[in-house]
Order: sequence, then structure tokens, then C-alpha cells
Amino acid sequence: MRALARAITMVERRDAEVRELQQALRDRVQTPYVVGFTGAPGTGKSTLVDALVALLRKRERSVAVIATDPNSPFTGGAILGDRIRMQRHALDPKVFIRSMGARGHLGGLSLAAREAIRLLGAFGFDPVILETVGVGQSELEVAAVADTTVVVLTPNLGDGVQMIKAGILEIADIFVVNKADLEGHQRVATELRSMLSLAPKSQDKAWKQPIVATSATRQEGIEELWAAIESHRKHREAGGKAKAQAEQRLKDETAEVVAEIARQRAREALADGGVLAERLREDGTPYEVAEEILRLLRGPRELTP
Amino acid sequence: MSPAKAPAKPVRILLAKVGLDGHDRGVKVVARALRDAGYEVIYTGLRQTPEMVVDAALQEDAQVIGLSLHSGAHMTLFPAVVSELKKKNATDIIVFGGGIIPDDDVEELKKQGVAELFTPGTPLQDIVEWLRKRFPSS
Repeated sequence: MRALARAITMVERRDAEVRELQQALRDRVQTPYVVGFTGAPGTGKSTLVDALVALLRKRERSVAVIATDPNSPFTGGAILGDRIRMQRHALDPKVFIRSMGARGHLGGLSLAAREAIRLLGAFGFDPVILETVGVGQSELEVAAVADTTVVVLTPNLGDGVQMIKAGILEIADIFVVNKADLEGHQRVATELRSMLSLAPKSQDKAWKQPIVATSATRQEGIEELWAAIESHRKHREAGGKAKAQAEQRLKDETAEVVAEIARQRAREALADGGVLAERLREDGTPYEVAEEILRLLRGPRELTP
Repeated sequence: MSPAKAPAKPVRILLAKVGLDGHDRGVKVVARALRDAGYEVIYTGLRQTPEMVVDAALQEDAQVIGLSLHSGAHMTLFPAVVSELKKKNATDIIVFGGGIIPDDDVEELKKQGVAELFTPGTPLQDIVEWLRKRFPSS
């Protein structure tokens, strides 16, 4: 277990050894199914994930959870508190929970998350649940990594206009209206349904996004949620969408790796006291120096991140 | 104000309340201070057993465990965490503690492998400075 934990730290830190590690694991890797959970703070995502883990354990699945929380943009520090809701799975060796700071990853969260998912798969965890707070754009990164994206809503989050804001309708494969024990959850579901009927915004036209009512604290609706996730998985696989998406994602990931290497090389090239740092100060704009760095990148030096 | 550059290798600190003790104001204040000092703090919540704390620290690959306790059971529970770490071959993880702990107990706990103890009235900056000394790159 410690080996896995250490390896995840390496992918998070973007250590140079990561590539060797991934190469070594290549043949062992059975990519796990990835379910992403996102929603506003306080909608009950962690509690919902906890309830889903409990269900999956009953069905004897090994489950991993990657729970992200935001880092401070100023200090890089973070308080990662998602484990609090998942304490009942402590000491269960078939449940692996890892907290991740969502910011401060040079290559973005998705690169670190993707590699961590691969590692978890190599250690036999399937599915992997990726949880993130929808405060900004990190939920989009989740959608880019997850096979099924679940958007969690609750009563009292605001009026119907909140729901048609960009992002929420498009990224969801499944909607959950959590806290179904609270008054107003019917109205949320109704408003959501009417929004969806006006303009089906799912990127996959053939998939009708289901709305599942849950009460995570009471463990209600969790079976229905898992059934919806399973049926989305079957839909993707039957339509050949899973394969096409996997290919597209590999391309995206490759582009991200290139960007990461280039960014690292650029930072090295611009180190204080260097010729390019000096020129940059004189020029005052980035473009010419950027061209110069791109020329350097084409040079013979081996590309090391 | 532009975002400060986050450290490439943030130190991960797991904070936990062990035993039957619901007083979590202190640990939350410390969590906040460490966050503001640039550390990644994993807070696991109340009523943890030593096994749960060590298990979580291993999964999270934390370099440091911080224990908070106000119930008086520190002489039992703090050494229990240290010995659980020994059992799991993870003695590289540093343990520090905080709470209402008499001076005599502080000495004894240090002998038993708790790296440092912070008692009521300790300025938050002292905890941060202690960590900075242990992890100069952070």
C-alpha cells in the first residue's frame, strides 16, 4: 500500500521517474472505470461517495477514491477534508482514499489524476471515484478524465437560472439531486427536467441524462445511482463511444505531456541571471524570446521533464 | 496580486483527533495556520483510533502526523500511534502533538518517540517554524 501511495506522490509532484514507472506498469495496467463527482461545496459529494463506496464494498468491489480540494492560489497550501465523511471505510484494505490538492500541478490536475488512476488500476482498484469541488473550472478537468460524470445538486442552491449557467448541463452524464429528505428537492428535479427538455445539452445526443434523487446520509437512492452509472457505462461501450473517447484522451494526454516538458524547459531557459531573462527584461514582451525558446526546444538536448 | 508560486513538493501533514474527544477548535485553527503557511493539510476528523490515523497517513503519503488531544489520554494514545508506525515500518513519518499536556508528560512522550509537543498558548508561528526547521525546503 505504501508503494502505491508513494507512486501517487511522484505523479503529483511530476517527478522525472514517473515516466519509467508508467512504462514499467504498461503491461499490468487494466484501466479502471472512472466515475467523476462534482458539484458546489456542501452538496454532499463526499457523503454520497462514501455511501457509494459502501454499496460497492457490499458487492465485493475494490474501490479507490481520489478526493480533490482547492489549494490556496497564494500560498499553495490546502486543507483536504474529504476523508472526514469516509471514516467508516478506514482500515478496509479494499478501499483506498487519497486526497489531492487541485491546484499547483504544473500540468494541470487532469494529468496527475489520470496517472494516479492508472496506478490505482494496476493495484487492482476498479472503479476509481474522482471527486472535485465545482468552484471554477476544475470540474471540467474531471469531465475530461471521468468515463461517467455525475453532477450533484441540492435544494436551496438558488433559482433555476443557476442551472443553465455554462458547464453544469453539458458535463453531466447523470444528475443527482441529493438531500432528497429536504423540502424543495422535487422542485429542483422539475426545473432541471424542464431545462433539459428545452435543449438537450448532453454532448452525447443518444444519451438521455437521468436525474437520480438521493439522500446520502440515509443511504437512500444509492442503488439507483449505481444502476444509472452502470447503464451509462453500457451505453458508452455499446455505441463505440468508449473506444473513440479513449483514443481522443490519449491524444489530449500526449499534448499535455508535451506542454509540460516545454513549460519546464522554458522555465529553465528563463532562469534568473540568464541571457534570455536579460533579453526579456529589455524587450518587455514575450513573443521574441518565446520564439527563441522554441528554437532551443528543437535542439538536440534530450527532453527531460 | 499574482498567485505565488506553490512549492513543487508540498509537505503533506495529516491532522487527527484521537480517542473520545470532541474538542476540535484547536486542531482546526492549527490546520488553517498550516494551510496558510503553504502546507497540504489532510484533516481526518474526530474520534480516530491510532490504527485509523496511521492507515490514513500511509494512504495519503503524509510526512508528518499531528495529533490533537484534550481528553487527558495522551499518555496512552500518542505512544500508540508511534508504535503503530513502528509496526507498519513507517517510522520516517514524524509525529507531533498538541493539547493540554503537563510538562512531565511532555518529557516522557518525547522519550517515547513523539517529536514535539505544543501546549496551550503556543503561538501558531512556533509550530510553523518548527516544521520549517524539519523540512527546510518547504
